[in-house]
Amino acid sequence: MFGFDAIELARIQFAFTVSFHIIFPAFSIGLASYLAVLNGLHLWTGREVFLKLFNYWKTIFAVAFGMGVVSGIVMSYQFGTNWSVFSDTAGPVIGPLMGYEVLSAFFLEAGFLGVMLFGREKVGPRLHFFATLMVAIGTLGSAFWILSVNSWMQTPQGHAINEVGQFVPVDWWAIVFNPSFPYRLVHMVLAAYLTTALVVGAVGGWHLLRDRANQASRTMFSMAMGMLIVVAPLQIVAGDFHGLNTLEHQPAKIAAMEGHFEPHPEGGAPLILFGIPDAENETVNYAVQIPYLSSLILTHDLTSPLPGLKDFPREERPPVGIVFWSFRVMVALGFAMLGLGLWAVIMRWRGTMYDRPWLHRAAIAMGPAGFVAVLAGWITTEVGRQPWTVYGLLSTNDSVTAVGASAVGASLLAFIVIYFTLFGAGTFYILRLMGKRPDDGTPVSGIGPTRTAGVTPAPAFDDKFIPAE
Amino acid sequence: MVFDLAFIWAGLIAFAILAYVILDGFDLGVGILFPLMPTEADKDLAMNTVAPVWDGNETWLVLGGGGLFAVFPLAYAVVMPALYVPIIVMLLALVFRGVAFEFRWRTRRGKFLWDLSFFGGSLIATFAQGVALGALVQGIAVEGRAYAGGNWDWLTPFSIITGVALVTGYALLGATWLVMKTDGPVRAIAHRLALWIGWATLALIGLVSLLTPFLNPLYLDRWFRFPNALFSALVPASVLIVAFVFLKGLRENRDTWPFRATLALFVLSFIGLGISFYPYMVPPSLTIWDVAAPDESLLFLLVGALVLVPMILAYTAYAYWVFRGKVDPAGGYH
Repeated sequence: MFGFDAIELARIQFAFTVSFHIIFPAFSIGLASYLAVLNGLHLWTGREVFLKLFNYWKTIFAVAFGMGVVSGIVMSYQFGTNWSVFSDTAGPVIGPLMGYEVLSAFFLEAGFLGVMLFGREKVGPRLHFFATLMVAIGTLGSAFWILSVNSWMQTPQGHAINEVGQFVPVDWWAIVFNPSFPYRLVHMVLAAYLTTALVVGAVGGWHLLRDRANQASRTMFSMAMGMLIVVAPLQIVAGDFHGLNTLEHQPAKIAAMEGHFEPHPEGGAPLILFGIPDAENETVNYAVQIPYLSSLILTHDLTSPLPGLKDFPREERPPVGIVFWSFRVMVALGFAMLGLGLWAVIMRWRGTMYDRPWLHRAAIAMGPAGFVAVLAGWITTEVGRQPWTVYGLLSTNDSVTAVGASAVGASLLAFIVIYFTLFGAGTFYILRLMGKRPDDGTPVSGIGPTRTAGVTPAPAFDDKFIPAE
Repeated sequence: MVFDLAFIWAGLIAFAILAYVILDGFDLGVGILFPLMPTEADKDLAMNTVAPVWDGNETWLVLGGGGLFAVFPLAYAVVMPALYVPIIVMLLALVFRGVAFEFRWRTRRGKFLWDLSFFGGSLIATFAQGVALGALVQGIAVEGRAYAGGNWDWLTPFSIITGVALVTGYALLGATWLVMKTDGPVRAIAHRLALWIGWATLALIGLVSLLTPFLNPLYLDRWFRFPNALFSALVPASVLIVAFVFLKGLRENRDTWPFRATLALFVLSFIGLGISFYPYMVPPSLTIWDVAAPDESLLFLLVGALVLVPMILAYTAYAYWVFRGKVDPAGGYH
């Protein structure tokens, strides 16, 4: 179909559905933690502004979480429909990890979600805080297991291969805590927190531009910028460590990220800032580079050897152009996040953080940056793993189901049309919810257990949640 | 019968699938009946009865898929490609109905679209599940470690019948759930529907039960040869008792009875399926032991399951308890 064969279509389909899916968890992991913090702060301080912010973000969370759930169910079946050989071969090792994800994380978040969204009046503020906390822990637990699975595919260990060619577990500890897992977990959880901080900051900035005295807008902007200045530098350090780990275990990926075709056995590799990699001729055209810097970053000295793509046979190299560029997009956005955080912290120090329209506009512009960076980072690591599904052991071409290109192509088309339509509508609704003021002066309902149970005004019937059409 | 890890896991996966069928069954059923709710307020109420729990219900589907992947990877790798079309259709339909839960509260102009999406998604997802079940019962061609049939092998008169049967069955779960959880016009409509859907469900269970034994000599043996038939006959006998309780509950306005009786009907049908299937996981060629992952995998996940599944059941029960009783239309979850 369209000149693609079944393998390419299956790869495009997986890339498409997983890219759409990761957008929602990247946001909801951070947002669940933020909701738990807001709920806890309200319980602790009794300040109404925290409950207002909680209710405001809770509605947005519900829409995003729903989309995350349904796009996630698709993922749990797509391994079987399109990648059945991979499922049969790697199932005994990664299947139980995903089983733990469902049992310890998905049920926890789904089980307490109803209480968190609808049950505050029925269970009281303390149990409601507990339910929110369980949802947040559930989202983090899910990140733990799924990143362990992905990391094992990147840096497999702790397994053997049985007589029918399946990977079988030998040492579960080694499998779960495989070499790249700790780095990837930290990197992704920080990314989720950054993504959420940027979205919250953008919404805060948007409302500060309209009314800089609004307490709820101020509080959320301040919390988001505070998060940013703490997490952005941590993320840059974590990314550096992750890179060192990748150099150790997946040197071909690093060579593609750096655009290094030539190996540098004596070190001193230059950092290619920009350029156009040409895989055919094994060179980077129009390269703008800084001498020695790549070696300095990757080996922390000037003389250690650095491999290049020419160290690997052509058929074992990842597609260098995609990896090279997606990596640069991620890094550039990471530093832009740090810049925004620094700007905000300086303005806070001068006491003018809420009075700087350009700072607020910059926060709005950076609102989607986390999503772009997360996608770029995942493209880097997943495309960089090619041509393998299980690195060095099982090739992508050997992993696919022998379904015809017509079936894969037709389902791909359906996924594209339906995801863009439905999740496009969802994004529109989320943006519209974000356009509503977090605090329009009306007192918040249902503050404590003293309220009669079951008389919450329904936000859906409440005009402030549906703008005039 | 061998009481080993693979056997225990077959039981646990069967439990997860049954839990999924009855739990998501009633909320899919509410979706199937959605267009029959006359007013906007009735639709709101019907949806609010399931809004706090549907997400947890659907997690059992993830456990069914993820669990199969974990402990019976070969079955997962054979069944998913064999049922490629119905599975993809089911997943996409679930997307339509899942997003509707939140989206329909976020717009007035487009609300009817999300009502349609909720209904259509529920109906198609259910039909696809029924078709997939029928296709599995009639058997899947396997060669080596892979599915050996074509893209459309699943499509037969039998699988269409099981599709229709499951739509009817879920609609019955939905109707009796609404009888139990609501008052007023919604309950009245659901009460009327439950009787007719109940008869239709019983008729379709009978039809599928009559057709099934002739698909596979093994099934015939289980149901009609002495002494197996003696035990197997307990199932249809129990169905008659349950049908009696169902009708009595409806007639005497005991509002929790019809739902409980329908649950029992599903459990019995599921047991009937198990009687036909055992010891096969992918009939007619792969048994539970053929498809099981190595013991190290089974044991590793079993340790977690023994701790976590009781916890899951406990907090799921708690969530249902929080939202117990008839739903107050003025309460407005949303």
